[in-house]
Amino acid sequence: MTAGEPDLWQIEQFVYREARYADEHDYDAWEALWTDDAFYWVPAGGDLTDPAGQMSVIYDNRSRIATRLNQLRTGRRYAQSPPSGLRRVISNIEVLGREGSDVTVGANFVLAEAREPGVQTWAGRVTYRLRLADGRIRLAGKQVLLVNRDQPLPTLAFLI
Amino acid sequence: MADPVRDRRERSGLSGPDYAWLIQPDRVHGSLYTDPRVFADELARIWYRTWVYVGHESEVRQPGDYVRKSLGLQDIIMTRGADGRVRLLLNRCAHRGNLVCEAERGQAKSFRCPYHGWTYKNTGELIGFPFNQGYGGKGTIEAELSLAPVPRVGAHQGFVFGSMATDGPSLAEHLGEAAAELDRLARLSPEGEVELTAGWLKHRTRANWKLLAENETDGYHPQFVHGSIFSVTGSPIGALYSDKSTAVTRNLGHGHSENDLRPEFRRIGEPMRWFGTTQARVPGYVARMREAYGEAAEQILIEGAPHVMVFPNLFVAEIQVFVIQPVSAWECVQHSTAVQLAGAPELNRRMISQSVGSVGPAGMLLADDTEMYERNQRGVAMLRPEWLDLRRGLHRERTDERGLKVGTATDETAMRGFWAHYLSLMEAA
Repeated sequence: MTAGEPDLWQIEQFVYREARYADEHDYDAWEALWTDDAFYWVPAGGDLTDPAGQMSVIYDNRSRIATRLNQLRTGRRYAQSPPSGLRRVISNIEVLGREGSDVTVGANFVLAEAREPGVQTWAGRVTYRLRLADGRIRLAGKQVLLVNRDQPLPTLAFLI
Repeated sequence: MADPVRDRRERSGLSGPDYAWLIQPDRVHGSLYTDPRVFADELARIWYRTWVYVGHESEVRQPGDYVRKSLGLQDIIMTRGADGRVRLLLNRCAHRGNLVCEAERGQAKSFRCPYHGWTYKNTGELIGFPFNQGYGGKGTIEAELSLAPVPRVGAHQGFVFGSMATDGPSLAEHLGEAAAELDRLARLSPEGEVELTAGWLKHRTRANWKLLAENETDGYHPQFVHGSIFSVTGSPIGALYSDKSTAVTRNLGHGHSENDLRPEFRRIGEPMRWFGTTQARVPGYVARMREAYGEAAEQILIEGAPHVMVFPNLFVAEIQVFVIQPVSAWECVQHSTAVQLAGAPELNRRMISQSVGSVGPAGMLLADDTEMYERNQRGVAMLRPEWLDLRRGLHRERTDERGLKVGTATDETAMRGFWAHYLSLMEAA
């Protein structure tokens, strides 16, 4: 490891914090994690090469992340009003690569969502693109590969 | 509490639901959305009788391409043969009923059943059955045991429809006035072709399919259900569906309907306004359209895309296509994709980006519609009041020059048209 790069402990702490903000619908804190060139991507079935050329469940740039959060903040985003009860477990965290100031980190997750009429389990692989800037870690990208992305999905209006 | 449907049935002496009583001109009964017997009747009288949208020709562009689709509860393989013809085959081996195709899409000249190795050409013809002496050798059972084709297949502007009935009205008769709306969509391509090649989102919905079909051209709900996203983005869509709007709701007959937004766009008179942009932002597209259509281009670019529900399961919402797949009285799947227009790369990427933001399980519009469907499904299971009210705008409905019923932008003219056609099919037992 070279100087100025985050160590695994810092990376884990960041990943857990991001998960907690999402679970607790802390939209302001979650939004503050992102860089201006961020992408937030939940692919649907299909290939993973060209998100601009095919349908995704979510493919947000920074501006659309703000729109999504602003809609939630109105309190009239009915698919999240009332908000889902959420808790996720993140594990198998690995540093997969480094490129400039960005670190690619992989992890698995399992998430329980309580919402009428019951509890829905979500699971998958998350790949984070983390950037170290001004002594702190920011989120430059997040790709969530759901294990059931080829199948019909229920409403996914919370932050995954 | 007494079951009003059962009481009524016993009084009338009918063995099944009394549809003429359940479906009235200004109200429909809640049990139509919850009763499994109604769903069974719908499969027999609607899904396996009338024309149902299955897939688009652009999804199987090359000979050998195939894609798995559905028709009612049937698993369908849509194939393009070496002869260039698009076929709809039921995904069921003629031997013991196994699925012969498991992949969602691909390229194959033949399908081989994994169970005993029976092999079918992509036209459905049986070409191999291992250890064939057990059947007396080759040239014995082939004619009798093929993959079953959907009896009637037709297409309009590349939209492929199937009918499980061997006879009945033609596709052109079924589509009627709705055909021109699909034409209007295709005309937005400088090459006159729609392509559905951006992939599909699949949204599992705990609600009866009819709640979706009715909502697609309900101009009353957008300001309420979608107020959150309209307010955040400053979207002008809400105003199209208000008391002041000059847009209209039209019953196109045969259960089809539209929100005709053209009066609003003509009033504004700006090309590309329908797409929320200006000519200057998409200069290449506008130039190609003027080249392709000459003077007619101006009107096409001002009026924009249709917002049409094609009975029972195809919905074109300007730049998106939705397909409703029934699962049970209580569940369905919504499939959605972005419209792609041949020769319009400038528009295509934008249509994908806008659609990804709007539709599917996380869509900033459709997730809220779906929340309404699911709450509605729980609501209609309550026994009182028994009815859903459909009277909005009945007193101000008019008949246009084509003889079609027209209401204002927020009237329930489309729902009344849906139910009138539904009743005619359910009673034609």
